[in-house]
Amino acid sequence: MAQRLLNHRAFGLLVIALIIAVAPLFFPSTFYYRMGTAIFIAALAAVGLNVLMGLAGQVSLGHAGFYGIGAYAVAVGPATFDIAPWAAIFIGIALAAAVAYLVGRPILKLRGHYLAVATLGFGILVSMVLTNEGTWTGGPDGMGVKRLVLFGYVLKDRAAWYWASAAVLLVGAVVAVNLIESPTGRALRALHDSEVAAAVNGIDVARYKLVAFVISACYASLAGSLAALSDAFITPASAGFLKSIELVTMVVLGGMGSVIGSIIGAAFLESLPQLLARMQEIEHVLLGLIIMLVMIFMRDGLFPTLARRFRRAAP
Amino acid sequence: MSQFLQFLFSGLTEGAVYAMVALGFTIIYNASDVVNFAQGEFVMLGGMVTFFANAAGIPLPLAALIAILVAVVAGLALNRFAIEPARGASVVNLIIITIGASIFIKGLAQLVFDKRFHRFPAFSGDDPIRVLDATILPQSLWVLFGACAIFSGLWLFFARTLVGKAITAVAANRLAAELVGISAKRMMALSFALSAAIGAIAGILITPISPTSVEVGTLLALKGFAGAMLGGMGNPLGAVAGGLIVGIVEKMSAGYVSTNYKDAVAFIIIILTLLVLPTGLFGKARVDRV
Repeated sequence: MAQRLLNHRAFGLLVIALIIAVAPLFFPSTFYYRMGTAIFIAALAAVGLNVLMGLAGQVSLGHAGFYGIGAYAVAVGPATFDIAPWAAIFIGIALAAAVAYLVGRPILKLRGHYLAVATLGFGILVSMVLTNEGTWTGGPDGMGVKRLVLFGYVLKDRAAWYWASAAVLLVGAVVAVNLIESPTGRALRALHDSEVAAAVNGIDVARYKLVAFVISACYASLAGSLAALSDAFITPASAGFLKSIELVTMVVLGGMGSVIGSIIGAAFLESLPQLLARMQEIEHVLLGLIIMLVMIFMRDGLFPTLARRFRRAAP
Repeated sequence: MSQFLQFLFSGLTEGAVYAMVALGFTIIYNASDVVNFAQGEFVMLGGMVTFFANAAGIPLPLAALIAILVAVVAGLALNRFAIEPARGASVVNLIIITIGASIFIKGLAQLVFDKRFHRFPAFSGDDPIRVLDATILPQSLWVLFGACAIFSGLWLFFARTLVGKAITAVAANRLAAELVGISAKRMMALSFALSAAIGAIAGILITPISPTSVEVGTLLALKGFAGAMLGGMGNPLGAVAGGLIVGIVEKMSAGYVSTNYKDAVAFIIIILTLLVLPTGLFGKARVDRV
């Protein structure tokens, strides 16, 4: 019974849900609610990107572009078009999905470095549009975002955002875990291993890659919307190159293909600047160093490497 | 017409720098299959170290030499401590390692230097020279001739010297090269040193025209990368052509369309090229073995 529970695919998520539920008991100040919210939102985007990178094996160095689409949907929608913020979230997701579909169709034919540079170019284009179209987006200084109102309740309390973002993350993670085990997930894993072998087995490689791209774009957009709404402020940097790199790093640090790994990777990368806040000067030096060390010595990422060691230690 | 010529000159200058960055990418890519995202940091080191050494009282030529040495040491360290231990890692891992290296070098540079923009005086004055209907800065000529010297020097190195041919051999087939007694490790170190030196020289030459800061590396790396891609990854001549094209198109679009989207136009063209000619302008068609 215990063994079955331990091996169940939702077990890890259960542990994470427990940690999320218990953690606030030990929070010395409300600041930690905010940090938790930031971690959950980043983790949501990372879980989505993991569908593309870990599952389908395609790199995207421009995913912050979709994050930015979601963020600015909830910023521009309510401010310019008087759309309710909750509706703007869905418009953002639909927009990101449509853009991912249109961009992904031609781009996903490319492979390796070429795909990397094409997605990178896409991300830069989005952040450039957001920076330059100042009349709508407030330009490089960013813009304020109207608060999210759900059932007459204004969501602005830090604790409320902690629980709301945690709930969205868990739902997103459950969907991703189930996706991995679904026929679509199996097809994606097959084309990750060998596109030729997958095609021979009747898998429409181009279509499945596109499906993974669109799904990951939806996650990124949702995460972007939540980030903008919880901070009530947004700048084009959220769609920039560095943000894309952060997202990729979260997935790879945590371990490609592992949903829990992505969450751990996001938690690690998001909390690092806080832990290093006292040594702000060397923050970037350490960040670069840690990224390199993990990639060199734990090639599969933190979570899978540690999980393997743990399993070996306790047979 | 004079306007066109003016844009062409500044495009060529900018493009020569991208071409040098793209060449650096190509040398490392050929030797080790690594796309080095830290390439832009070599350019940054070139400009920043020269400025601070010069500000400390060291004459400019000597300061430039020191900057090249610093970049070479950084390149060798990158190869020895990050790329070599990661041999056989996946493409994504290697991309992230070099991005980590780029963040690391940038962070270190921020600690040692500062975050402000710096420039040092042009090598031979700032009086523009009239060419036909347009003008060109003496420093632009320095950039163009410097780039030409590097291109021809590299060509001679790879085509005429034994060491250059050894690097080419390692790029073509590492195992076969090692079997005939070439040390692949040493050749890889040499390519990193070479590519770092080229980057640093590019940084030194361009700084009097466009000021340098700790942050300039990222965008330069991206555009150099784009140039290398456009020309066909791994092809040195293609890298030069690609870099020049990116530079010229960028300046033309800035001049005729809008400066806001000058960085974007370069990427749009690259994406279009990749889709129409997936291996770049001069790349060979790829055949996959299953």
